[in-house]
Amino acid sequence: MRNLKTALAALGVAGALGLGTAHAGDTLNAVKTRGELVCGVNTGLPGFSMPDEKGHWTGIDVSICRAVAAAVLGDATKIKFVPLTAKERFTALQSGEIDMLSRNATWTMSRDTSMGITFAGTTYYDGQGFMVKKSLGVTSAKQLEGASVCVLAGTTTELNVADYFRAQGMTFSPVVFDNPDQTSQGFESGRCDVLTSDQSQLYALRLKLSDPASAVVLPEIISKEPLGPSVRQGDDQWFAIVRWSLFAMLNAEELGLSQANVDDKKTTSSDPNVRRLIGLDGDFGKQLGLDNDWAYRIVKQVGNYGEVFDSTVGAGSPLGIARGLNALWSQGGLQYAPPVR
Amino acid sequence: MAVFEAKPALPPPVLTRGPVGWARQNLLSSPLNVGLTLVGVVLIVALVVPAVDWALLNATFRGTTADACTGTGACWPFVTTRLDFFVYGFYPPPERWRVNVLFALLALVIVPQLLPRFPGRRALAVFGFLGLPVLAAVLLLGGIAGLPFVETGKWGGLMLTLVLAMVGILAALPVGVVLALGRRSKMVVVRVSCTTFIEFWRGVPLISVLFMASVMLPLFLPEGVNFDKLLRALIGIIMFQSAYMAEVVRGGLQAIPRGQFEAAHALGLGYWRTMGLIILPQALKLVIPGIVNTFIALFKDTTLVLIIGLLDVLGSVQAAIVDPAWNRVAVEGYVFAGLCYWVFCFGMSRYSHALERKLQTGHKR
Repeated sequence: MRNLKTALAALGVAGALGLGTAHAGDTLNAVKTRGELVCGVNTGLPGFSMPDEKGHWTGIDVSICRAVAAAVLGDATKIKFVPLTAKERFTALQSGEIDMLSRNATWTMSRDTSMGITFAGTTYYDGQGFMVKKSLGVTSAKQLEGASVCVLAGTTTELNVADYFRAQGMTFSPVVFDNPDQTSQGFESGRCDVLTSDQSQLYALRLKLSDPASAVVLPEIISKEPLGPSVRQGDDQWFAIVRWSLFAMLNAEELGLSQANVDDKKTTSSDPNVRRLIGLDGDFGKQLGLDNDWAYRIVKQVGNYGEVFDSTVGAGSPLGIARGLNALWSQGGLQYAPPVR
Repeated sequence: MAVFEAKPALPPPVLTRGPVGWARQNLLSSPLNVGLTLVGVVLIVALVVPAVDWALLNATFRGTTADACTGTGACWPFVTTRLDFFVYGFYPPPERWRVNVLFALLALVIVPQLLPRFPGRRALAVFGFLGLPVLAAVLLLGGIAGLPFVETGKWGGLMLTLVLAMVGILAALPVGVVLALGRRSKMVVVRVSCTTFIEFWRGVPLISVLFMASVMLPLFLPEGVNFDKLLRALIGIIMFQSAYMAEVVRGGLQAIPRGQFEAAHALGLGYWRTMGLIILPQALKLVIPGIVNTFIALFKDTTLVLIIGLLDVLGSVQAAIVDPAWNRVAVEGYVFAGLCYWVFCFGMSRYSHALERKLQTGHKR
């Protein structure tokens, strides 16, 4: 009996030690030695991370992984993608199975403080929204008094919608489904007037309707869902690399650097901001533990934030989501990166 | 002298022979049967006709993009353009021939088992049990003999399903037999440990075993010690299925009359020879349906790995149907996955029937 207890205690200690033992520099060295970045992604979410016909991963979350690989290893293809379900995503990061997690996880306080992980930034400002049939003539969520609402069971979306209607002093009747596919079928077959989910998913669900033009997504957003990459706590250098890889993409867009013109700018640009970002002036890459070409490689191999957004979720993709909150701060959005200097 | 010349016999009345007679006898023999036949015809018209219409007549077969699908029926280009992904997962394209070789070897081992007179059938079966697993591991993993290493994270699709099922089946049967013998052993330690093992693994759902393997286990291992996710899932599946197999085999062991044991002892056979030569051949023959049932359940249970993020054939279909470039292709994807499972499970079931017929010379129905 005592032996059993000792064994269990030893197991517990081993478990506790297994958490949060990342030290500064550990992850970077491990990735460099391995020659490969291990990145946790979603098993299949349109626009964010999804295998295409040939089994290549595509999406905005995937592009963040590619940017980090380009910065650290010099090659955006040196990545092992680990598809993860919602339940195992944080464990995989905590246990060291993956180097970073880029799997449409919402940045919340409890995740940032108590789970042994740190969010490195926001790749996509999402939020819960509503989709209604065009024929109803509704233009704002405030006109939804008494509506029946299709919603996924057991999610925060279900709680959010109840909060929203109570706060607005309106009534609604929930129609609950088990998976997104059923939810959109319920909406299409007229079981409910309104479908609610994260906005990025509403656009994807809308495309799966037999006549996508028959439904509209309302402008109101009733919850904050900032989605971004996360890393293990305790390795500040690795945290900085992931965070600045994202910032480099944002700064590149702001400075007008794109995949197409970055080579040109590298030889001709006299703008000190551009020169600092792509490593012509200063030693910013070295300070990060990389080389000074790091941001140049990100832009050259992956593109700037705007390009990535467009080709994965934005106007250039089947989803066709407007920039909205994800526009640069200078264009009325929230995306803002600190300067390189 | 008058010779009797038989006239040719008259044919039986037209109502009792040919298709008409068959229909009268089998479909229309009583008012109740007439009613049942009518119900059957209505069901066929109501269910099969629209299904055939959707899957074949109105379906689109050619094309490479969603735009090709203009008809009201199924959109098969979705499956054909992604067939490679559904079969090989993320396996690197230049190395996919290795998977094909394995498929061919599997067929080479399995098909002759269905043809009783095939020369060298037994040798092939032995190779299938002993040589093939090693060869399969070398082929799929690589890393030696000039084959580039392919990590298990890149395995997927139908190939992953077959790997999980094959390893599960090949390992669960021997482990299950040993556990069943252990549970009936006279040695207390062996008996208690086997019983505990069986009851523990039978008492937890497979889904929680897989969750423990993928979510809890890594937390208890020191950092840097990560053993392969696929391997963890495989060990979970083997443990789980061998416990079930052990109980199936135990059923067979208990059906063997005591006289058989006593006769074996009287002949001077020891424990292992009694079991190997007298008891197990009879016991296993009795429980073939149970064993195959467990195999089929195992084959279908492998889909559960998709909850731990391994993309088997169903998982890769699910990952693909969300593609916004294709409108409404969920049914096509699931039909394809269902067909894959049906082909293999039905094959196993037919094989077990053939095996039963061949072995049950003693007590036929």
